[in-house]
Amino acid sequence: MTYNFAFLDEDTKRMLRRALLKAVAIPGYQVPFGSREMPLPYGWGTGGIQVTAALLGPDDVLKVIDQGADDTTNAVNIRRFFSRVAAVATTEHTAEATLIQTRHRIPETSLREDQILVFQVPEPEPLRTLEPREAETRTLHALADYGLMHVKLYEDIAQYGHIATSYDYPVLVDGRFLTSPSPIPKFDNPKLDRSPALMLFGAGREKRLYAIPPYTHVESLAFDDHPFEIQRWEHQCELCGSGESYLDEVIVDDRGTRMFVCSDTDFCSGRRAEAQA
Amino acid sequence: MSALLQVRGVSRHYGPRIGCEDVSFELHPGELLCIVGESGSGKSTLLNTVAAQLSPTAGSVRYRQRNGGWLDLAALSEADRRRLAREEWGFVTQNPRDGLRLNVSAGANVAERLMALGMRNYSQLRAIARGWLERVEIDPSRIDDAPTSFSGGMQQRLQIARTLVTQPRLVFMDEPTAGLDVSVQARILDLLRRLVNELGLAAVMVTHDLAVARLLAARTLVMQGGRVVETGLTDQILDDPQHPYTQLLVSSVLTT
Repeated sequence: MTYNFAFLDEDTKRMLRRALLKAVAIPGYQVPFGSREMPLPYGWGTGGIQVTAALLGPDDVLKVIDQGADDTTNAVNIRRFFSRVAAVATTEHTAEATLIQTRHRIPETSLREDQILVFQVPEPEPLRTLEPREAETRTLHALADYGLMHVKLYEDIAQYGHIATSYDYPVLVDGRFLTSPSPIPKFDNPKLDRSPALMLFGAGREKRLYAIPPYTHVESLAFDDHPFEIQRWEHQCELCGSGESYLDEVIVDDRGTRMFVCSDTDFCSGRRAEAQA
Repeated sequence: MSALLQVRGVSRHYGPRIGCEDVSFELHPGELLCIVGESGSGKSTLLNTVAAQLSPTAGSVRYRQRNGGWLDLAALSEADRRRLAREEWGFVTQNPRDGLRLNVSAGANVAERLMALGMRNYSQLRAIARGWLERVEIDPSRIDDAPTSFSGGMQQRLQIARTLVTQPRLVFMDEPTAGLDVSVQARILDLLRRLVNELGLAAVMVTHDLAVARLLAARTLVMQGGRVVETGLTDQILDDPQHPYTQLLVSSVLTT
């Protein structure tokens, strides 16, 4: 059995592209779209995979990462899926890719204007945990009535002494729409601000798309006396020695020995290759 | 002195049924008006209509803004209605669980309206929340406790603090002391009386308890079957009721 190029039929891709154009035109606004049933379960990236399918052309070079790694199940499966249904070239090198689908990370290597980053989003509504009614959250967005989000940050400080939200840290896009950056660590939030690359977000189960166009101002929410801060480590990557990348803590034996390594595997191996050369 | 709220011939129907019919009154700054009547007499319907939570079937409600201009609530956009409810009004519900955010701490509940107004300084929010807990006689050390761990009376006091923290000009209260035991009721009424005097609030309070009206309100409106049957000074109404229904209401109060 053969599939249409990039799995989805042309009408569906057209619908997705129209929704994406609208999303780019209104930075941070959640555009509803007719999410399709994809050959993987909800929560595995059905939103991201549909956005990628709508964007892919035969000359694209695709990179897929999951938690920064190119070699994890989700990344391997989606990469293989597209090389099978679209026959596009794939890569593990950030600099070589034209399209990067990602789950939970932004690559450490700076992105360029000719690259697009596609995020997989489980819950596009940043206010959802505080306000369960969709009609109400839409009204709050329409009126830019975002005081509620600070209630969550207040609770963090009251309970933990600092803003303990460490991933999916809410941002204000272009000074207007409160937006979920998807569950990336807040370490990556500064990379969203005025990024040269186009950032697209797809939530398959929730049927929403949104975008952060290139060079858009993205502000992470905070209090005046508790400013936004990113994670820091006392360690360096034990493989490449990097002191400025996002580190994963890995338990390596049964006695609890720990090791800190870069979460971005391409960045890490690139640095190691450089050091050897 | 010019009125703060002007209600003219307000009716609210639910299909063929009458919620309230042809009600008019004025409320002046610093005044507390009680609406009394039995269950189903249209008190809450009237309150919700006046507070722009229901739209009136007929009649008009006008609110005088800080700049002195009159605002017709029927012509208000959703955005303006919410701004008004956030910045200038307060609403205290009968069941504190409806008015509180139960999944966040007491402090966050008090600070929420301030954050909605754009206050972004944590220590300042914290200090104000602490001050208000004290004012409503809740131990400030419980600032980080969940409202679910509070007693019914404490929850109601917390709701009052949460509503009054932004110093609204006008507060609507829907039976704030119903469902609480008598001693707790007395403390809350005492508290309300003090706060209303301190802040110079104007308030409309719905109650079925004549003692509450006696204690708090200068003027009282008696409702029956959706209509106002008697209105006047509270003492006058309670000591010399004219309408048969009011006479019944007054005579049915248990005296010791």
